[in-house]
Amino acid sequence: MDLDLTPDQELLRDTTRKFLHATVPLTVVRALAENSAGFDREWWQRGAELGWTSLLVDERRGGGSVSGAGLRDLALIAEEMGAMVSPGPLIATNVVVQTLSRDASEELASHVLPSLLSGESVAAWCVAEPGQSVTPDGMTLRARRDGAEFVLDGVKRPVDTGGQADWLLVTATGPDGLSQFLVPSSAPGLRITPLHGLDLVRRHAEIGFDGVRVPSSSVVGVLGGASLSFEAQLQTALVLQCAEIVGATDRVFDFTVQYAFDRSSFGRALASYQALKHRFADMKLWLESAHAITVDATRQVQDGTPDAGEVVRIAKAYVAERCPELIQDCIQMHGGIGVTWEHDLHLYLRRVVLHRQTYGDPIQHRDQVAILAGR
Amino acid sequence: MTVTTAAPGGLAEDLDAFQARAKEWVAANLEPLNGADPYLGHATDDADHVVRAKAIQRRIFDAGFAGLCYPVEYGGRGLPAEYQDAFIDVTYGYELPRLFNTPTFTIILPTILDFGTEEQKKRFIPAALKGEELWVQFLSEPTGGSDLAGALTRADRRSDVFVLNGSKIWSTYAWKSDYALCVARTDWDVPKHEGLSVLMVKVHQPGITITQIKHVDGTDDFCQEFFDDVPVPADQVLGKVNDGWNVASRLLLHEREAMSGSSPYAMAPRTAAHENDQVSAAALAQDSGGATDPLVRQLIGEARVLTRVHTALVGRIATSIRTGRLPAAAGSIPRLSNGMMRVRLASIALELAGDRAVAWNDDDPTGDLGVAYLGRQGPCIGGGTTEITRNIISERVLGMPREPAEDRNRPFRDVRTNAAVPRPKS
Repeated sequence: MDLDLTPDQELLRDTTRKFLHATVPLTVVRALAENSAGFDREWWQRGAELGWTSLLVDERRGGGSVSGAGLRDLALIAEEMGAMVSPGPLIATNVVVQTLSRDASEELASHVLPSLLSGESVAAWCVAEPGQSVTPDGMTLRARRDGAEFVLDGVKRPVDTGGQADWLLVTATGPDGLSQFLVPSSAPGLRITPLHGLDLVRRHAEIGFDGVRVPSSSVVGVLGGASLSFEAQLQTALVLQCAEIVGATDRVFDFTVQYAFDRSSFGRALASYQALKHRFADMKLWLESAHAITVDATRQVQDGTPDAGEVVRIAKAYVAERCPELIQDCIQMHGGIGVTWEHDLHLYLRRVVLHRQTYGDPIQHRDQVAILAGR
Repeated sequence: MTVTTAAPGGLAEDLDAFQARAKEWVAANLEPLNGADPYLGHATDDADHVVRAKAIQRRIFDAGFAGLCYPVEYGGRGLPAEYQDAFIDVTYGYELPRLFNTPTFTIILPTILDFGTEEQKKRFIPAALKGEELWVQFLSEPTGGSDLAGALTRADRRSDVFVLNGSKIWSTYAWKSDYALCVARTDWDVPKHEGLSVLMVKVHQPGITITQIKHVDGTDDFCQEFFDDVPVPADQVLGKVNDGWNVASRLLLHEREAMSGSSPYAMAPRTAAHENDQVSAAALAQDSGGATDPLVRQLIGEARVLTRVHTALVGRIATSIRTGRLPAAAGSIPRLSNGMMRVRLASIALELAGDRAVAWNDDDPTGDLGVAYLGRQGPCIGGGTTEITRNIISERVLGMPREPAEDRNRPFRDVRTNAAVPRPKS
């Protein structure tokens, strides 16, 4: 967590925390595992009233931050959601509304943004493709011009919230270059197939585009000029992933330390064994490091500094590599109960592994960091 | 620790004006490093580093930029930490007398400030700030490094002096230093922590024999000292007699502040060396055409991840200690991080260098990497091993039970200790 919060940010964090505790305790998260959407729409609208959808949106387009730094505000919410392994399309919706706020025409923005901001509708960013990296070079879904329309062909997978979204922001390639289109999920030619998922409440889908026709008014930003927008979207997604991961890991570490004090063997508390104390010391180091680099990345991206792109990838590479390992260590500290369905540990492990594997894994991000360094 | 924030007559100069003046002075009076290691910070390799450092420190003192956060009455400027930060900022890339940084400015003088008598503070602090006296720590002993309170070096009271006998080790640049803070046992009939005293010892005097220790990398900066009936005036005890553990604990606290980047007395950011390491690892791979090799890119990427994360961690822990979110013992967290990171960076560098790390030409820079790998564990040993560090983090940050010990609550003379110190051949 950022150690330098404004009073308004503290209020935002505390309000979200209380709301999550009251409405989606882990018993509810477990129950939502049986729900095909993974979250309740009315609940999401109440969250939207707390600011979950509007922090990255310009005031002129109906949004607004609490501190003047919307991404830093939103990262606080993501951290709280990580700590509660919360449901809800936080990353998907926020990436899309940020893009619409910055790049969409007035007509498109006024048509779509209000219901996304109110939480009435939700959106998904269709970016990852099977066997491709999440980079501009990894986009093979093609957009072809046909008169006043565009025709989209290809497959996106996995699409976060793809089965629930009302609107799809599609990143496509074509003769003009990288472009983005906003497509209603009811458009003919879409094949939306829910995927099995590791996380209990965050859902993903495969979305096939078979000659999906969209009007030219659905182009977001400049045709062929989406690469800057793509980078901004990815940076936001990575920041929110890291924040959710550190929120989740912080909680797990906390209750695992408590467990080491409470649980005894051979007449001593687990916390008195040096072999375990040393592992806890390492975990504390990794946890503080994960927090530190996440805050660093959040601030760089917020401020749009020249090395924001590198630092956010460094954060993802570190946090997504180290935190799942840290939680596995916490499971080890728990012994047998740690690998049961009954214990909550697996809920957290599911969430951090989900984030580890999507929007580029640590290997991909280390590679990108080295490439950026060589420039 | 308190920093006196009032200069005589109040702050005559605001921060921006100070920084502008400092910048101008630095450009005119300090040597640019021209790519030399900004942490070691020697502009030339062959100069006598200590003589050089003393001369530069004197220039800084005369210009009014020395001891910015030290009280005015002891030769400092009594300014808030932001002024020191501003000075660090404008000196980046220039040669600084960094030998004075640790331990003299960040560890020794703050401890003298905390425990010294008025006479001691007036005698020793200005002399160091003027670059006249360089300090060294006499802490570890050949019989044990991590167990500082188990010191076997003895100081026996004889009228107005303490007579010092024993041996200390792992002191850096001792033979070129002027004074030492030395932890010695003054009472053997009480438990280990209750019979220690801290002495301020003149390094160059009869009875002190210094030998340099040759390291695996061929350098000989580390020393061992032998004391044979060395008289130390009784008014050079720092703090109270037999209250030395209290003094030494504060000294270790200042050491952790120095290590974690939260010391207001530091002359340089701790992280410069790491940035340097990462650049050299990357440069090396570029040199071998490695950037086209995805395996090499993984290693370059990992090095950059580790160094940036460590830098972010240092800042976070410093803030946490300052605001009380974490106890001062949390300074051990960046210490552990530094050790683990540098071990990994040394391995990555070896990996990237390939066979040129073990068989090299005169003009091949990669030979150093093999040699550096030989001393890889150094950062996990010096300043308290990473094992002791993990004890500190788990016990004093996480609050876990202390390790059982057999040396408490009994007279130290009854405690089991290691064998007698071997003497140098004369």
